[in-house]
Amino acid sequence: MFLPRVVKRQEPLQWGSFFIFAAALVVSLGVSCALLAVHGKPPLKALAVLWSGGFGGPFALEDTLLKSIPIFLCSLGVAVSFRMQVWNIGAEGQFALGAVGATWAVLTFPVLPLWAMMPVMFLCAAVAGGLWAAVPAVLRLRFGMNEIISTLMFNYIGILFLQFLVYGVWKDPTSFGFPMTSIFPKAAIIGPISPATLGRVHWGLAVCAGVAVLLAVFLKRTRLGFELLAGGENPRAARYARMPYNLLVLLVMSLCGALAGFAGCIETSATVNRLQPSIMVGYGYTAIVVAWLSRLRITSIALFAFLLAGLRVGVEHLQLDLQVPAAFGGILEGMILLSVLAGQFFDRYRFTLKGRS
Amino acid sequence: MDMDTALLLSILAATVQSGTPILYATLGEMFTERSGVLNLGVEGMMIVGAFTAFLATHLTGNPWAGVLAAGLCGGGLSLLHGIVCLIFQGNQVVSGLALTILGLGLADFLGTPYVGITTTGFQAFAVPVLADIPVLGTIFFRHDALVYLSYLLPPLFWLFMARTRPGLALRAAGEHPAAASAAGLSPVRIRWCGIFTGGFLAGIGGAYLSLAYTHLWTNNMTSGRGWIAVALVIFAFWRPGRAVFGAYLFGGVMALQLRLQAMGANLPSSLMLMLPYALTVLVLLASSARGGGRAAPAALGVNIEPEE
Repeated sequence: MFLPRVVKRQEPLQWGSFFIFAAALVVSLGVSCALLAVHGKPPLKALAVLWSGGFGGPFALEDTLLKSIPIFLCSLGVAVSFRMQVWNIGAEGQFALGAVGATWAVLTFPVLPLWAMMPVMFLCAAVAGGLWAAVPAVLRLRFGMNEIISTLMFNYIGILFLQFLVYGVWKDPTSFGFPMTSIFPKAAIIGPISPATLGRVHWGLAVCAGVAVLLAVFLKRTRLGFELLAGGENPRAARYARMPYNLLVLLVMSLCGALAGFAGCIETSATVNRLQPSIMVGYGYTAIVVAWLSRLRITSIALFAFLLAGLRVGVEHLQLDLQVPAAFGGILEGMILLSVLAGQFFDRYRFTLKGRS
Repeated sequence: MDMDTALLLSILAATVQSGTPILYATLGEMFTERSGVLNLGVEGMMIVGAFTAFLATHLTGNPWAGVLAAGLCGGGLSLLHGIVCLIFQGNQVVSGLALTILGLGLADFLGTPYVGITTTGFQAFAVPVLADIPVLGTIFFRHDALVYLSYLLPPLFWLFMARTRPGLALRAAGEHPAAASAAGLSPVRIRWCGIFTGGFLAGIGGAYLSLAYTHLWTNNMTSGRGWIAVALVIFAFWRPGRAVFGAYLFGGVMALQLRLQAMGANLPSSLMLMLPYALTVLVLLASSARGGGRAAPAALGVNIEPEE
């Protein structure tokens, strides 16, 4: 019989991750367009809107770049955690706490000048996000508590905490009852880099670049970073090699929290200039998709963060132009992740038609 | 009967009602995990169940058609998890997360035109004789058909696992798939059944929300109940009896929270809404500190590699 058989590959497929992503994208777009057709929307026109909204033209690219900033920051931390086999899915809550921390700094020291305000704001965001992530890490290390569920519950609690603040003590008395703080002072607003050439692209992009370089140096050039890369693959081997596994887990989770906190700070300060619940749009969950797609290659994280940000922007245009519900984005992301997971099979296995030897 | 007793009884009866959707989902996930597969897509399967139950009932007028549709669609969604993990050897944690993202997106996308529309759904009826038992009758026997059905599940679950050959085979696939395979069983096929049954029950849990707990469809109506169910499986040490206790514990907190809000308690609603999530962390912490994780099926989350 010449039935195909599954054989393990000796070496991973060359350029595999990009082929797999391309195939996954085709499958996901196919399924999603079929759903659109069911919903009575023209699928081909929708694809065109999705493309032109996210990637077609300078204005679209600007939007996409802006959205990829928070996604990139969250994804870096999640990717490092996943590499350690730490299933930290709490970037969403850490993002919320980062926004809260930054806002606390602004409301507490409203008269600081720009050069002092920015570091204080980012520091408070990183501490708040980092601590929010460190608690599940400690619970896991000390009590063996499942970090998937604790980080997820911390997402719900963190978002509700943000709401508690903006509906209550932090509500702007002049906001006509809308849940939002008053607008930040000028010194607390992250401005555009160069309005003439780069439009609305703000200094958050520079923060991303700085963080990426620091992280790359840390992973490639320091002992701890090397241990992290080596230890993550196999915790037991790491323990035999006397690597400080517990310390690494705590470090990685806090780092992820701090980076997600940065993202929350940037969204609050640069995008809406105040704290309001509408900043919570699920970047932390998109980060899971990006982190899994790109593993721990920083350039891939940037690339996939940009692609998924573009899909999000495209979906917003679908919403405006064709009245497609915003949830369409969730379908796309879920389908992409599922089909990439399935496709990665071909990274490790191949089919052969030869008979048994 | 004085006011306070009546209030307490009504809260306890509401406890059973709020706990029922969580009970269905918890038992479903427990079934899947006993076969060795971790499916974190419960939240997604539940919300898809809630929507399809609403839609089928809206179209046919028969809530049982809704329950069937919810089970089949919840189970159908779970088969995607099976395709990724059983055929393509994908990571079970990430696949489950993807399933949740997909399910929430699907239900929201397809359900947007129906938000706020009410449907008939299930009505409460008193069970003859049993409903007249003092106290217990009021708490347990003045509900709807899905609640009564849920009373049968834990003992059936236990009987199936402990006393039948298919139950033994399911446990073997979860504890030691290689041994199951050597005994002539097909652990992969067993895991397919485990996954589908779990999705079916999660779907019915969702159906309870749109057909009995409320009689309408709103986006995000599961609001984390699927994740609470995943936590409760660990809390329950993979045993159905403790799952009942856990589900009603959460039902109690949710009922109390609603009651306090209705009575106009002077607390911000965002703090009240935190209660179930904070409680999830606490109960999980309590069971983890007691070494709860060790009760997990030995091969939970580990894929069965294809033979070469």
